[in-house]
Amino acid sequence: MELKTQIKAEEGKQELFITREFDLPVELLFKAYVEPEIVEQWMGTKVLKLENKKHGSYEFETSDAQGNAVFKANGTIHDVVQNQKITRTFEMENSPFPVQLEFLEFEKLTEDTSKLTMHVVYKSVALRDQLLKLPFAQGINMAHTRLQEIVNKLK
Amino acid sequence: MNLRRDVFQAIADPTRRAILLLVASQTMTAGAIAANFDTARPTVSRHLQILTECKLLQQEQNGREIYYHLNPKKIKEIADWLAPFTKMWDDKFNKLETVMKKYKSNK
Repeated sequence: MELKTQIKAEEGKQELFITREFDLPVELLFKAYVEPEIVEQWMGTKVLKLENKKHGSYEFETSDAQGNAVFKANGTIHDVVQNQKITRTFEMENSPFPVQLEFLEFEKLTEDTSKLTMHVVYKSVALRDQLLKLPFAQGINMAHTRLQEIVNKLK
Repeated sequence: MNLRRDVFQAIADPTRRAILLLVASQTMTAGAIAANFDTARPTVSRHLQILTECKLLQQEQNGREIYYHLNPKKIKEIADWLAPFTKMWDDKFNKLETVMKKYKSNK
């Protein structure tokens, strides 16, 4: 099955791009990122704090059935331009991964469709790859386009 | 030495990736492949051996020559390397889309 989400992680770069087109007007897509109760629904996490403004910050927390926090994340919000962009940091608490920088861009495609581009910058190439859980695998991206053609023929 | 290798180890090396690219367009003999590299012939042979061991390349005897070609099944394994990460985001975004569609119709 073709996924609607695309990830571009070039070899040797400490960044990646996640893009996705939605059957949603850009206003609704943007709303899904700034309304705490909506974020909770699709992220499946509790939103303890979400200040959508310059110098704002946010805190997410996910608990198990016993109420123990199993996942906590937080970040600082650097910039919010309604229906256009959010610039923020993201850090998983109690994890070996340092903070990452995220540039979210919201784009209107048509009245009813929109596109999200997440540009994520990691502290190092190594950390990015580790985070992708496949430390050596990004190597194939160089050959990816050509190989993709071959793979496509198999589908 | 005949260690068991996985495909990801095989493609960790830039020369081996270049070999895969070469062979992607046509089947080639070891000599023809080696001619594309400045590296010594035995080094290229070693790379071919590794790629064959992990089944990224397949050998085919044609007369006196051995030709190498890609094993598309194995290549697909690599092409899917980002799949779990992509799937995770795709699931999340699908959820977002569903939630917002409901939100819209409830307005």
